[in-house]
Amino acid sequence: MLKVTGLQKIYNGGSTAVEAVRDLTFELAEGELVCLVGPSGCGKTTLLKCIAGLMTPTGGTVELAGEPVLSPPPGMAVVFQEYGRSLFPWMSVRANVELPLKEKKLPRARREELVTESLEAVGLTAFSDSYPWQLSGGMQQRVAIARAIAYEPQVLLMDEPFAAVDAQTRADLEDLVREIWQRLGVTVLFVTHDIDEAVYLGERVLVLSNSPTVVQDDVTVDLPAERDQLGTRQDERFTRLRARVYAQIQQAKKGTAPAPA
Amino acid sequence: MSTATAQAPTPGGVRRPGVRARTAPDRPLLGTLGILALLLSWEAVPRLGIVPERYFPPVSEVLTTLVERAGTAPFWEAVGHTLYGWALGLAIAFAAAVLLGFVLGSTPRVRAFTTSTVDFLRPIPSVALIPLAVLMYGTDIRSTLLLVIYACFWLIYIQVLYGVADVDPVAEQTARSYGLGRLSRIRHVVWPTTLPYLMTGLRLAAAVGLILSITAQLIIGSPGIGQQITNAQQGGAVALVYAWIVATGILGVVINIGVRALERRVLRWHTSVRGEAAA
Ligand SMILES: Nc1ncnc2c1ncn2[C@@H]1O[C@H](COP(=O)(O)OP(=O)(O)O)[C@@H](O)[C@H]1O
Ligand SMILES: [Mg+2]
Repeated sequence: MLKVTGLQKIYNGGSTAVEAVRDLTFELAEGELVCLVGPSGCGKTTLLKCIAGLMTPTGGTVELAGEPVLSPPPGMAVVFQEYGRSLFPWMSVRANVELPLKEKKLPRARREELVTESLEAVGLTAFSDSYPWQLSGGMQQRVAIARAIAYEPQVLLMDEPFAAVDAQTRADLEDLVREIWQRLGVTVLFVTHDIDEAVYLGERVLVLSNSPTVVQDDVTVDLPAERDQLGTRQDERFTRLRARVYAQIQQAKKGTAPAPA
Repeated sequence: MSTATAQAPTPGGVRRPGVRARTAPDRPLLGTLGILALLLSWEAVPRLGIVPERYFPPVSEVLTTLVERAGTAPFWEAVGHTLYGWALGLAIAFAAAVLLGFVLGSTPRVRAFTTSTVDFLRPIPSVALIPLAVLMYGTDIRSTLLLVIYACFWLIYIQVLYGVADVDPVAEQTARSYGLGRLSRIRHVVWPTTLPYLMTGLRLAAAVGLILSITAQLIIGSPGIGQQITNAQQGGAVALVYAWIVATGILGVVINIGVRALERRVLRWHTSVRGEAAA
């Protein structure tokens, strides 16, 4: 479904060049939910922007359903980390969600249907006429999620979407993501710096090394499909996976460039 | 007289558009008291003979003249001429500044290419163009328009450039990732981002445009309030001169109130208008 091969990105900021991502190769099968975990500054956002076609990689390729990604592909939705800046303050919640659908030239009735459904899915039906800045951070991020699912993407990219919301909201939003994934059968790439979150959410966890970044480890999460915040986190398998991911990240920090997993 | 005013409000200094202090509850009261005090002194100073009444008639006389004149058709004709030159000039400057600002501003190369030219043309006071305007158009309304447009254009254009450059990269990327094309992004992202700047530009230009409209009539002698002031002065009708000046002031206040109201409507969503809200 989504294939990243030998991806490299070097930022040329005038005199200094920063190699944000060195050599990333991985693949997502259709309908998979994969978490990408790595320390801050290791190039997760950079990678996601390359995948989303918002940035041209220095080397390597990104393919979506066999087609190379050179510009933002249709059928891909991105939830950005900075939800406050990603929603348009001059538009109501409803208009924010609807704008991409208008751009897709969907008929009015279908748009209304999708907007209503997606706002219901994130529990914001009552706020459809509010403006984003009238909502709390967690609610704003839910609007961004509603906008993404209303778009009916095949692939959903999420860049540390819950990094800035409080713990309780965060737990709710995590469950929301799994619920949406199960219901819509969409392929999800979820980026986070939080090991617990990665293991709790993912079917697979890709561990990134420190910059210059490579894939350090590829961990299959053998937890049951139904997860819940209390039980799953106490599950012995969860603890074991968590420890493994943690160890990998620690090893990556020591800077011993590991062989790509 | 208006040489300085025409170029003074450097838009470069107005980086955050529309930000202003919250109105304290007793502001209107204090304002009213202030005006009363002013009127009172204006009445007293000539009456007490501090300044000769010949040059400075008391306010009661001026206001009486104004009310008298306001009942006549020529008064409103003059006001109409002034407002017409102002509105048309402002509208043309607005359209041109927005169009050029969006086209030139969104291409960094073109922007860099034109910067030095803009920096040279912008500080030229509109009134310096009066001889040129007379040469080209005589006392025709086009003379007035030339001055108004020239002054207003730069005020708005510079603000548009700031606005276009202020588009949030995250908003821009969001729009691109959801498949919004170039035109859609201009309409849904760049335009709303520019609006607060544009409104600041419009507010400055509306005030300066009125000054220029009257200046042109005053100096060139095209019909309007400015011409009326000259006529009154030459006829020795001092109170009438003052009456026109007061009328001009009132016009300015009304225009400012109007632009502010428009600003509040258009920028309902903007931090400067929406008041306190969660970040
Ligand atoms: N526009 C840019 N120009 C130069 N360097 C950048 C730019 N964006 C990111 N970087 C650098 O690339 C590295 C990876 O950044 P980023 O992808 O944002 O990391 P992450 O999302 O994992 O925290 C960092 O060292 C950062 O400083
Ligand atoms: Mg990031």
